[in-house]
Amino acid sequence: MEYNEYFKNWEGVAIRVYFVLFLLFLVFFFWDLSLASEVSSHIIEGGSRFPWWAWPLLLFIVTFVLGIIVVLGGVGGGVLFVPIVGGFFPFNLDFVRGAGLLVALSGALAAGPGLLRRGLADLRLSLPLALIASTSAIVGAMIGLSLPKNVVNTFLGLTILGIVVIMLTAKKSEYPEVKKADALSQALKIYGVYYEPTTGKEIEWKVHRTPLALLLFVVIGIMAGMFGLGAGWANVPVLNLLMGVPLKVAVSTSKFLLSITDTSAAWIYLNSGAIIPMIVVPSIIGIMLGSIVGVRILAIAKPKIIRWVVIGLLAFSGLRALLKGLGIWT
Amino acid sequence: MNREIKPSEEQLAYATILDWGMKLGLIGIIITFVIYLFGIFPAYISVEELPRYWKLNVHNYLEVTGIQSGWTWLKLISKGDFLNFLPIAFLAGLTILCYIRILPIFIKKKDTPYVILTLLQILILLLAASGILKVGAH
Repeated sequence: MEYNEYFKNWEGVAIRVYFVLFLLFLVFFFWDLSLASEVSSHIIEGGSRFPWWAWPLLLFIVTFVLGIIVVLGGVGGGVLFVPIVGGFFPFNLDFVRGAGLLVALSGALAAGPGLLRRGLADLRLSLPLALIASTSAIVGAMIGLSLPKNVVNTFLGLTILGIVVIMLTAKKSEYPEVKKADALSQALKIYGVYYEPTTGKEIEWKVHRTPLALLLFVVIGIMAGMFGLGAGWANVPVLNLLMGVPLKVAVSTSKFLLSITDTSAAWIYLNSGAIIPMIVVPSIIGIMLGSIVGVRILAIAKPKIIRWVVIGLLAFSGLRALLKGLGIWT
Repeated sequence: MNREIKPSEEQLAYATILDWGMKLGLIGIIITFVIYLFGIFPAYISVEELPRYWKLNVHNYLEVTGIQSGWTWLKLISKGDFLNFLPIAFLAGLTILCYIRILPIFIKKKDTPYVILTLLQILILLLAASGILKVGAH
């Protein structure tokens, strides 16, 4: 018994050491990257000393790693992509946000059919929320592209740090209790049933507080469009904790919702010229391939460590965006 | 999934269009990017020149490169870099196709609230895609 506890303690210490080492590696890697991007942006006035393919290749490698992390950490691609690529690559934030939206959109489009067919994402629940969020996302995208870079960076940093707080504090409820469905959701017939294979039971669900959720989706849509972040981090708590949607349906419906919300914002970026294929395509391919590898690793990974890696990465890149916006770490 | 629980007709129809469109779009993205990388069609901005432009904000980028915003990229479709816009625009437009597919199902079911919601969503997405809503200078 003592022998086992001794090893358990050592296992815990080893995991913490690996985690700290991994975070230090990421900090130094991105620090080095940010210095390189600054050097290159000075040099390119007269022509870059780096070959043109260096940054897209690095982008592909970073997004591949991000693809693995997002699957293991259970977060969307956009939320990590924008602050990390925006903070440590030489690309202007306008193009990074455009690429971030397309990365989030591609992931949502790829996941959508399976989630809809298995009844995990719910179309009737999505349609009213998507209408509100996608309309707001248009407004958000237009605001985001009109504001000066330092203002966007400052708000982006604050938002990312806010997401870190949400991730650290928000509770999740597997099967929230909804005593009585609200009048609006009853009128729209928003309810459902899905099969839960882990328990072998059919789970019936209904929702409440729909009008308040619709109001919150206005804010979520604006932020998604403004920062190109995707919005799974905000969708899930609203669907699960506020409306009382079971966690699995909330996560799946949130993912599907992104395919509609991000579509409208993506068009604004596309029509405003904020899309550079050399940034967008390696990112989409990198994150998709990374996600495929991530799914394979998922079976053997320790989710608690990955969650802390995601939180650490977000905190670091959020701080970087905030300091960049304030002109402290440019 | 349990055989007794079947998603609604409109949900399955939406999933089918999304599935085909998503696969087509992603394959398109890879093909057009390979064409771009191998220089099969000349690029509007050569890849060697790109690092000069990607650090600029979008307004300066458009000004310096002479690229016009909105749907004018269609005129440059023969250029390797702008060819990539075709699958990207297709993926961005896919949701509109899915909504157009489910509209007649809601009409058939006489589901008036969802007919209105679907129509409004199509209008919103068409408005976003139209290029009317562009952003001016900083």
